[in-house]
Amino acid sequence: MKTGRFWAWVVFILGAAYFFIPLIATAEFSMRMRRGAYSFDAYQIVLGDARFQATFMYSVVAAIFTIILGVLVVVPAAYWIRLRLPQLRPIVEFITLLPLVIPAIVIVFGYIRMYGSNSPLPFLANDTATNALLVIGYATLSLPYMYRAVDTGLRTIDVRTLTEAAQILGAGWSTIITRVILPNVLIAVLSGAFLTFAIVIGEFTMASLLNRPAFGPYLQNIGANRAYEPAALAIIAFAITWGCMSLIQILSRFAPKSANRPN
Amino acid sequence: MAEPFLSIQHVRKSYGTNTVVQDFSLDVEPGEFVSFLGPSGCGKTTVLRMVAGFEEPSAGKIVVGGKDITRLKPNQRNVGMVFQAYALFPNLTVAQNIGFGLKVAGMSKPAIDSRVAEMLDIIKLPQMADRYPYQLSGGQQQRIALARAIAPKPKLLLLDEPLSALDAKVRVSLREEIRSIQKKLGITTIFVTHDQEEALSISDRIAVMYGGRAEQVGTPFEIYNRPATKFVANFVGTLNVLEGKVTDAASGKVQVNSQEVSLKGKLNGSKSGDTLSLALRPEAISLGRQPGHDASLSGEIAEVHFLGSVIRVRVGIGGNTVSLDTFNNSTTPPPVVGDKADISFSSGDMLVLH
Repeated sequence: MKTGRFWAWVVFILGAAYFFIPLIATAEFSMRMRRGAYSFDAYQIVLGDARFQATFMYSVVAAIFTIILGVLVVVPAAYWIRLRLPQLRPIVEFITLLPLVIPAIVIVFGYIRMYGSNSPLPFLANDTATNALLVIGYATLSLPYMYRAVDTGLRTIDVRTLTEAAQILGAGWSTIITRVILPNVLIAVLSGAFLTFAIVIGEFTMASLLNRPAFGPYLQNIGANRAYEPAALAIIAFAITWGCMSLIQILSRFAPKSANRPN
Repeated sequence: MAEPFLSIQHVRKSYGTNTVVQDFSLDVEPGEFVSFLGPSGCGKTTVLRMVAGFEEPSAGKIVVGGKDITRLKPNQRNVGMVFQAYALFPNLTVAQNIGFGLKVAGMSKPAIDSRVAEMLDIIKLPQMADRYPYQLSGGQQQRIALARAIAPKPKLLLLDEPLSALDAKVRVSLREEIRSIQKKLGITTIFVTHDQEEALSISDRIAVMYGGRAEQVGTPFEIYNRPATKFVANFVGTLNVLEGKVTDAASGKVQVNSQEVSLKGKLNGSKSGDTLSLALRPEAISLGRQPGHDASLSGEIAEVHFLGSVIRVRVGIGGNTVSLDTFNNSTTPPPVVGDKADISFSSGDMLVLH
């Protein structure tokens, strides 16, 4: 028993060291811009850079639109599959996994061939349309996470009985989805939303090949040309991702509790 | 007879080649409490779901208050329903749950608040308004579900095995509460259950279902005492079934294990030589020959179970075994296994099963 506990600690410490030592080293390096003293100069330069602000804001806006699109597509689809088409679930699960198997570069080359300026749907003809195509691409990339988060949320409630209870009380579909289903899976939807946010903020391939001024290509550009700033940016990117994860944890405490799952 | 409030007319429901409800018809009077009683898979819940609008009949018609509702959506029927799994909305408080249907109907907030308070008083939980469903016991949740169902004043109340998930004690008290609220409001109610005691204790009438059909529709007294089919007799209550042979159809003589019993007037359509299934309720049988009993059979005590206030005795009569209960009497010793014993009964209590 005691020996087992000892080795468990050894494994935990090794795993934590593997994860934290590079992170600590990066953080330490990012603060060594000023010779002979620790400082936040690299962070000041990065945060003060107009391109940082512009690209970060661009990616934040793209992430918000991606989340809206993802919620509009995934929530009704996952709900309907649970309610009326459970036999389609394995097929839909397979489809939603495809973005993990097919590299983003393949998807974006497909887009470029499909939606060029000569296409009936010329998404690449102007900036607004290309931005829309980028959001659609991001929604595709985040599909595995968003679908699973929402589906897991739906699994915790009795979708069919709650729907029927609302129906028999006179509710139509919009009332059922907005007042019964969505509030009960809101935390799951937010989990999916924050994962989507984290993916979009750091995404490079699609934004770069569609030539969009997003945060991912900016990170790559800084990394190729500067010494301390990329380390500062890496820490900032980590902080954003961890912030998202923490928000998921905090919000999950406010999830509606079911009688079967009181705690 | 008054005009039926709910009329289910020749309803059939099939899924592909599988027919789960076949030619089901039933008229329910206003304010009546009717139970659908039957084993799992007999089609009782499917009929209820067709009345609610969750399933569309493959054939037949459902009329409520003179209006054909067969093709109406559930939210257009003004029907209340209580589900087995409570189905309270976890994100809403008790008051919000009860007021849900009223809000959907577009009632003003003061009107909703007043109706919710009235409902909470009816179910005797006025202090629970601000609680969430997870903070309530199963019995309390089901009472809230009942209040939610009746708050919008539905024309019809449907109860789909509402007591099945509760423990025995709560089940008994809640079924009495449901019946008293139903009587007070005068709401026409359909109650689905597989528990015969539940159905017998609270229903005006019972439809016993089997294989997608109504085997018998009648009052609890009729269903228990005059079962129309072998299935009803077996399903409702405990029954001793004896095989008998008609020896003289004209005078109603039947032979059970070489012993003759007279069943005058009960052998409609049977001929001499026919084999019959005869049934007796345990409470109709006495151990020993009792005054007032005009029929008897002899056998041997096969089993004796002491249950405290009652002694359950099984008497072997040839190839048949008859079960009966006698009250425990501290001055009389219980029967002994292997002893010869007579059982007696009134021939009028013997049922001929078809």
